Amino acid sequence: MAELVAVIASTHHPFYYRASTATGEDRPPFADEWVRKVEAFRETLTRARPDVLVMVGSDHFHQLWLDNMPQFLVGKAPFYDANWYNEEREFGLPRMVMRGEEELSSYILRNGLDAGFDLAFSNELRIDHSITCPIITLRPQNDLPIVPIYTNIFAPPLPQPKRFVQLGQTIRELVESWPSDQRVAVIGTGHLSLELGGPRQFGPHGPDPEFDRKAVEWISSGDIEGCCADVTLDSLHLPGNATHGFMDFMLMMGVAGEGRKADYVDTYDLFHTMEAYFTWYPGGGQEVR
Amino acid sequence: MSKYLLNKFLFTVDRDPELVERYREDPRGTVEWWEADMANRILNCHSGEASTWLRFEEVERTALSTHDYPKLFELGAHPFLTLTLFIAMFERDHDGLGFQLEYARRLSHLTLPYPDIAT
Repeated sequence: MAELVAVIASTHHPFYYRASTATGEDRPPFADEWVRKVEAFRETLTRARPDVLVMVGSDHFHQLWLDNMPQFLVGKAPFYDANWYNEEREFGLPRMVMRGEEELSSYILRNGLDAGFDLAFSNELRIDHSITCPIITLRPQNDLPIVPIYTNIFAPPLPQPKRFVQLGQTIRELVESWPSDQRVAVIGTGHLSLELGGPRQFGPHGPDPEFDRKAVEWISSGDIEGCCADVTLDSLHLPGNATHGFMDFMLMMGVAGEGRKADYVDTYDLFHTMEAYFTWYPGGGQEVR
Repeated sequence: MSKYLLNKFLFTVDRDPELVERYREDPRGTVEWWEADMANRILNCHSGEASTWLRFEEVERTALSTHDYPKLFELGAHPFLTLTLFIAMFERDHDGLGFQLEYARRLSHLTLPYPDIAT
């Protein structure tokens, strides 16, 4: 069977690419420390020596639209083009192409359906910065095939938070039962507190540092029970109007497992929203200091 | 209320560089043209198929025609779509994050709970 060699949860900050590649007067004062943190985080994936990446993210009204909106969607294609005109325009993100691991996509679709998740699928999916940001930060050589999985954290009505946790648990079971000798890492990105297009946007910190503190504690300690007791679709409006992206972190807690402490935790307090990076090694044996 | 149609306008204009410029320069004319010719196009159909029933309410038409993004927020337009398109049109007129901060200031009278964005 395939081996789950790393579980990684991260924020996806679209400004990282521009900040990290800027030089001279254009380079923001926080860039050097940000690059240092991202490179240390990258090492936690590299040392797991993955062959395949399952990438969990959320389309930001690029290909998925309100006339036909899936809640959970799995890409199944040999290639995925990536990044969109308006992401080039606003964030300076480059156009990219990724290879797909169709066999694992098929396995997740068939067995996910049979496990009670009515997953949508796409055979021609252009992915966006929710998946390309972690490629840029964690695997910039972009040399591994992927299975993209999109969740709806964006266009209500949304699935309940516990459903994200359950999907994460199911993804883990499916990866670990995939008849293959491949080494698989599951990487998912979301947000801590975040406000977009509202009065609390672009402040000196994230809109709700207290929520961020609690969220980092839930994730790093694997406290799914405590998190689910505190987080509802309604409560996620309070820390910031785009905070429902936190449910992708809850999904990744489901992949990592109840009570499973993260092996690597780092954060970086930036303007607008806090960065947060977590890695678990399900098989152990990957001491991280 | 046609929140869906507000979002459809913001979505289709935002993804087209020529339309972004046209809406910046001539908001009223762009909204009139779009409602007449584009509002009923079914985006996921390959060609030629259209709906028959989509139109703005007057308050929505006016908000779009006057670039009134605080009003769009109050009407429940998706804040991500509004923000992304208005950054594309007006960030260039400010230094740094000047536009984003002005945007926040112009919405600062709003308190929780924010208007419902469900469509």
